[in-house]
Amino acid sequence: MSYANAQSKNVIWDWLTTVDHKKIGILYLAGGAFFFALGGLEAILMRIQLMFPEFTFVQAQTFNELLTMHGTTMIFLAAMPLLFGFMNFVIPLQIGARDVAFPFLNALGFWLFLFGGLLLNVSWFATGAPDAGWTAYVPLSSMSPGQGLDYYVLGLQVSGLGTLIAGINFLVTIINMRAPGMSMMRMPLFTWSSFVASMLILFAFPALTIGLLLLMLERLFGATYFAVDFGGNVIIWQHLFWIFGHPEVYILILPAFGIFSEVLATFSKKRLFGYSAMVFATLIIGFLGFMVWAHHMFTVGMGPVANAIFAVATMAIAVPTGIKIFNWLLTLWGGRIQFTTANLFALGFIPSFVMGGVTGVMLATSAANYQFHDTYFVVAHFHYVIIGGVVFGLFSGAFYWWPKMFGYRLNEMLGKWFFWLFLIGFHLTFFVQHFLGLIGMPRRVASYLGGQGLDEMNFISTIGAFLMTIAFILLLVNIFTSTKNRENVADPWDGRTLEWTTPTPVPEYNFAQTPLVRELDPFWHEKYEGDGKMKAAEPLGDIHMPNGTILPIIMAAGLTVASFGFIYHIHPLTISGLAITFGAMFVRSVKEDHGHHIPVEEIKRDLGGGKNG
Amino acid sequence: MAEQHTIQNQTLPPNPEKATLEGRNKYLGFWFFLGGETVLFASLFGTYLGLRGGTLDGPGPAELFHLNLVFIMTMILLTSSLTSVFAIINMKRGNYKKLLMWMWLTVLLGLGFLGFEIYEFYEYYHQGLGFSTSAFASSFYTLVGTHGAHVAFGICWISTLLIRYRKTGLTLTNAPKFYTAVLYWHFIDVVWVFIFTVVYLLGIGG
Repeated sequence: MSYANAQSKNVIWDWLTTVDHKKIGILYLAGGAFFFALGGLEAILMRIQLMFPEFTFVQAQTFNELLTMHGTTMIFLAAMPLLFGFMNFVIPLQIGARDVAFPFLNALGFWLFLFGGLLLNVSWFATGAPDAGWTAYVPLSSMSPGQGLDYYVLGLQVSGLGTLIAGINFLVTIINMRAPGMSMMRMPLFTWSSFVASMLILFAFPALTIGLLLLMLERLFGATYFAVDFGGNVIIWQHLFWIFGHPEVYILILPAFGIFSEVLATFSKKRLFGYSAMVFATLIIGFLGFMVWAHHMFTVGMGPVANAIFAVATMAIAVPTGIKIFNWLLTLWGGRIQFTTANLFALGFIPSFVMGGVTGVMLATSAANYQFHDTYFVVAHFHYVIIGGVVFGLFSGAFYWWPKMFGYRLNEMLGKWFFWLFLIGFHLTFFVQHFLGLIGMPRRVASYLGGQGLDEMNFISTIGAFLMTIAFILLLVNIFTSTKNRENVADPWDGRTLEWTTPTPVPEYNFAQTPLVRELDPFWHEKYEGDGKMKAAEPLGDIHMPNGTILPIIMAAGLTVASFGFIYHIHPLTISGLAITFGAMFVRSVKEDHGHHIPVEEIKRDLGGGKNG
Repeated sequence: MAEQHTIQNQTLPPNPEKATLEGRNKYLGFWFFLGGETVLFASLFGTYLGLRGGTLDGPGPAELFHLNLVFIMTMILLTSSLTSVFAIINMKRGNYKKLLMWMWLTVLLGLGFLGFEIYEFYEYYHQGLGFSTSAFASSFYTLVGTHGAHVAFGICWISTLLIRYRKTGLTLTNAPKFYTAVLYWHFIDVVWVFIFTVVYLLGIGG
């Protein structure tokens, strides 16, 4: 195989220096899974604390830290990187490209995410984790004692930079590197929704960058933006945070929608119903996602006019989302539905997510929002959309693409146990939280008094969390015990899109010859209306590939060193950290690296040898 | 050297910055990056506009700003954009020597602008406007300072390019690099026009 060269070198060095989008995708998945487990652990500790009234399992301060880190970890370090893992691996394959537009920046983006995430979690061992909630509202965050919030500010800044880089990379890849014939309206829905999500990243993350910068300058350098006694204004943080924060939920949910569109079409053996309507609905959701940030701020006193405008704009999102739901249902309608684990998660998603959507419209009713605000009703709502949407999407995508990514199929029996346990556990945990909220249990509290009608439902909620934990352990068992299912991994689901035309494992160069795309769902078209193979758009020849490099990891490490310098006010450390990063940038721009060519003989050997993997 | 030059002039396509896929990727990616930068500065402008009344006991815009100084700075920066345009015109004509010359002039003008800005901040500090004096002070220094940091970064970037490629002649590899650097420089200029209007003109007049 073409990996022969790489294998002769040190394997660890190979992964540290890789610029291959497939390997970076796997790195994102591994990093994201680690933080997902960590965030889950934080959640289960909180649920144990809330199992009984006035329980003293963890202290109030620890609870605040768990709460903050659970939210921050799950959003920034688990959900987004896991999606990036799939996007990295799948997008170039789906559009018939050999690589992403900027392989070097792709690697840099991953290492920035990982180092930022690790930096954030060092706070647990150093000075105590951040404790002001994942939204870090000022003045709570700007005046929080200790260094926890400094870790929050710098950890998120470093990893956020990586996210922005990844977003730009996906945009350029999708626009510039599609195979001949792959017009925008022939792109698979996963690529489309990742494209729109990347747009949102591009325009949302700089607002977070500025928010974090201001908070950092306020905490570490004595700025006074948020200090009311210096003429500052605390609402500025909320605006900046939610101008980022609201699009962020669409950055998470849109790629998940894309995964469901792929999975439902594949396992219904039908073309996705209303393809173009799906594309436009995705674009509209992306656009409206930017217009509604202030629905997080109905109770800060913006006045009835602003509240009404943001309420209506928010409810408008239900329209394109409803279009999507009906298109998915109509895709299933009359299809030959296969109940694989991947498809079960897609099917389970539809009712779960609709429930989250309905409570979303309830919350968007600004007058009623004064009642729901800061109660468990909100907690129930966003977990219904984030778990019922994003996490189900991640699990669906994992079972769907696992054979292509890792060369073996996950066990379906264990997978179905995992699905049912997780589904039941999820609804058990969060359904009752709606009612906890309605009868007045506030969110973010470390404990509650007994005999107020809160005891039973909190207990049930915790039991559900245990079920989800057991389910997740089953998934891990599945991953480690299914490795022998290696037959039928190139196209196990009778796939429709280009990623299933590649051999498994996918060679470094993805496609020996760039495919010629003649239809939507090109592989399906060639299989059932052509001769079963993709037409080639170019003759067989040498393939140019970029070289691996250690510089991305050095750049990310430099910023991490500098962050410690900022946090502890050690100026030499800050300066040397920045010097490392800028030095690596300088080396990168001065040292010409033209990559290497894979000779045509080697490609021919691959074609002859590993036909179906 | 001269011979190499002429050969390249004949073989280079009319838009060398977009002739290769790598160049097109750089070009498009950089436009997207500038889109993100727009949001970055928009956030800073929003913060400044929200806080510019919060001067408390410290000095305010009307007492501090001198239109003469800011006008000179604006002229210097606008001229530097013009010189970078000349550089790109020479790139399209394949005249590498003139490209380098105009780029160096751009760097010099950028340095001049930065010098004035440092002088400006120094002056304000001595008139009692520290970074922590008031919310106005913090937001002013952050907005204008971030712009200044962008100018400084641009100077380092273009200088590195000019030193790195001082002998190679124009190639399909470095053409997109010069082009994106000039795009960046124009962007900084446009942001300054907004700062001039929103911060200085409105600060003195409104």
